Amino acid sequence: MNVGVRVCEPVLAMLAEIRDKALNGKRLGRDEGRWLLTEAPLLEVGALASEVRFARIPDKVVTFVIDSNPNYTNVCVTDCQFCAFYRKPGDPEAYTLTVEEVLAKVAFAAGKGATTVLLQGGHNPALPLEYYTTLVRETRRRFPQVTPHFFTASEIQTIAEVSRLTVGGVLDRLWEAGQRTLPGGGAEVLSERVRKRIAPKKGGPSAWLEVHRAAHRRGFKSTATMMYGHVEQPDDLLDHLDAIRELQDEAGGFTAFVPWSFKPGHTLLEKWVKQVKGPNVYLRMLAAARLYLDNVPHIQASWFSEGKPTGQIALHFGADDWGGTLFEENVHKAADYVNTITVEEITALIREAGFTPAQRTTTYEILRTC
Amino acid sequence: MRFSDRNLEPVWEKVQAGERLSRDDGLRLLETDDLLGVGRMADHVKSRREGDRVYFVINRYISPTNVCVLSCAFCGFARKKGADGAFEYTVEDIVGMVGAEVREVHIVGGHHPDWPFEYYERVIAALHTARPEVQIKAFTAAEIDYFWRRSRIEPKEALTRLKAAGLQTMPGGGAEVFSTRVAKLLRYTGKADAERWCEIHGIAHALGIKTNATMLYGHVETLAERVDHLLRLRAQQDASGGFLTFIPLPYQVGTTRLVERPTPPTDNLRTIAAARLLLDNFPHVEAYWVLLGEATASVALHFGADDVNGTLEDERVQHMAGAQTPAGLAREQLFRMIKDAGKVPVERDALYNVLQVW
Repeated sequence: MNVGVRVCEPVLAMLAEIRDKALNGKRLGRDEGRWLLTEAPLLEVGALASEVRFARIPDKVVTFVIDSNPNYTNVCVTDCQFCAFYRKPGDPEAYTLTVEEVLAKVAFAAGKGATTVLLQGGHNPALPLEYYTTLVRETRRRFPQVTPHFFTASEIQTIAEVSRLTVGGVLDRLWEAGQRTLPGGGAEVLSERVRKRIAPKKGGPSAWLEVHRAAHRRGFKSTATMMYGHVEQPDDLLDHLDAIRELQDEAGGFTAFVPWSFKPGHTLLEKWVKQVKGPNVYLRMLAAARLYLDNVPHIQASWFSEGKPTGQIALHFGADDWGGTLFEENVHKAADYVNTITVEEITALIREAGFTPAQRTTTYEILRTC
Repeated sequence: MRFSDRNLEPVWEKVQAGERLSRDDGLRLLETDDLLGVGRMADHVKSRREGDRVYFVINRYISPTNVCVLSCAFCGFARKKGADGAFEYTVEDIVGMVGAEVREVHIVGGHHPDWPFEYYERVIAALHTARPEVQIKAFTAAEIDYFWRRSRIEPKEALTRLKAAGLQTMPGGGAEVFSTRVAKLLRYTGKADAERWCEIHGIAHALGIKTNATMLYGHVETLAERVDHLLRLRAQQDASGGFLTFIPLPYQVGTTRLVERPTPPTDNLRTIAAARLLLDNFPHVEAYWVLLGEATASVALHFGADDVNGTLEDERVQHMAGAQTPAGLAREQLFRMIKDAGKVPVERDALYNVLQVW
């Protein structure tokens, strides 16, 4: 058994090299990324990520957004192995909300002070383009204080197929209706191998990347997510981080990176996942992402998926954002995973970790320091 | 090692040289914003001592009674005799609670107004006779002191008789925070104070009984009071040398509500790390998952902790005080906490003899 000093000479040399690169605007290579994701001492990765975070964002401020995360439909034809939320068309538990029903959810969120509504749903071929554009337009009209943060990449693709438009054409219509940001869900792990295994009908990584590329070119901002902890290997994660970093160089519209761990409850993938990834794996992922994604401004700690303790600890591992209040959430709930929070609790947790809480918009502008 | 708080550099010099930390060093560790700086130093010490090992024990917590003459303000467990929720187990009840796989029993209870010392002696003797292979860890220094207060049995006699009956180690509870200010504020002046608590542990150590030590923090104590508590334990360990493990106990807000919110996970990590660094003569520091929650306990294995305690099928004391964690975690769940941290689970007994490296 390894008894001795953990941080030995070769490790210190590697850390020093990565630190030098990260603080001097030099890009980390794949081998360095792999080392950070696998072998590097956890707290050393965290301390380095924190140092880089403060070099980029010097204020001891952690932002959060007041938001809600409703779903307009659970009807989906894509049968992803990791998903407990969807129902096939015709299933007794399938539902699709009317435009007015969705707007009632937006009204509920707005009534609680939300500035963002993250709306997403299944891939429902029965819904026409007008359904989506009306949701955007009416949200803008009735709730001008709320940013419609609607529809992930794969939904945009579904809309394009159903309405016989290009992805760009759909994005143009949404832009005309008043939409300016896209949520980053549906990336899973951007590796051919992994997506083929867990989401075969969603297409390869390029499917997700194309939508974000087209969106960024039109001036949309979006986030990038990653759902790990199922069948991926470290190299799949590196494929993912490389893809995000390259697209950000090219198109530059990502505001934040948001990783979270897979929740296997009631999914087809459940029986293949022996151990759910816990807090240490999460903290490593977050810190490595802060170091590797040198061109993504914000790294979001996910209190929701990882739990409040881990969310709070993550603020010392390079994260500068707490995520949102998520007044409504159904996707994790379908996997028997439930977690709720209030604005008061968010500000207390941020403050207790030694930071000043600040409410932000969907695009990370600070509205007020709390 | 680089620190975001340069004030930690002199502390790190001492840690590397194996020098003892001062009270000021201790305060610095608890006051700094550089949480990971404190954690990395503690991880260095833990790794030097134990490598990647993390200990656990298959144990069973038993409270013979929650009836208690005291009214400590932090306690959500105690009941007055005859009150709703008060319980009193017989010797047979207690023997019946020890499951087949249990390696250690941990017995801590209220200060019962009527039970004679002989009852406690019988509990230990009956358990030991029924299950001689099970190690018995029983009665905090506060309870041993209470045997004197109620029955005028000197600690040395009590411990000698209990040891003869089968007691092997003593738990570290009842220390709370060694501060007369806090003791008055939280109404625990009626139990063993710092001097008495340490005296009793010293007597136990002299009798060959290994013990643990705790600190109940995260309520109204100051950081200086935490440091003083740790230094008092360190001095006692220098004097008598029989402590095995230090177990920091974060106060559970529960129904007693001394403070609005529980002390945060970041403070729990910092406290564990500071304890590992200050208590240079303690073999082990524990991340007690029942109070910390699984996530924080698991991360704490990178902040100086080398033990997660055990399976604790019936942890009534903390559960009734509002701990959110489910009371019964199976061995697999302990593995999950240990393996997520990339550590090696080592099953131990009450005396830290290694039973199996998993």
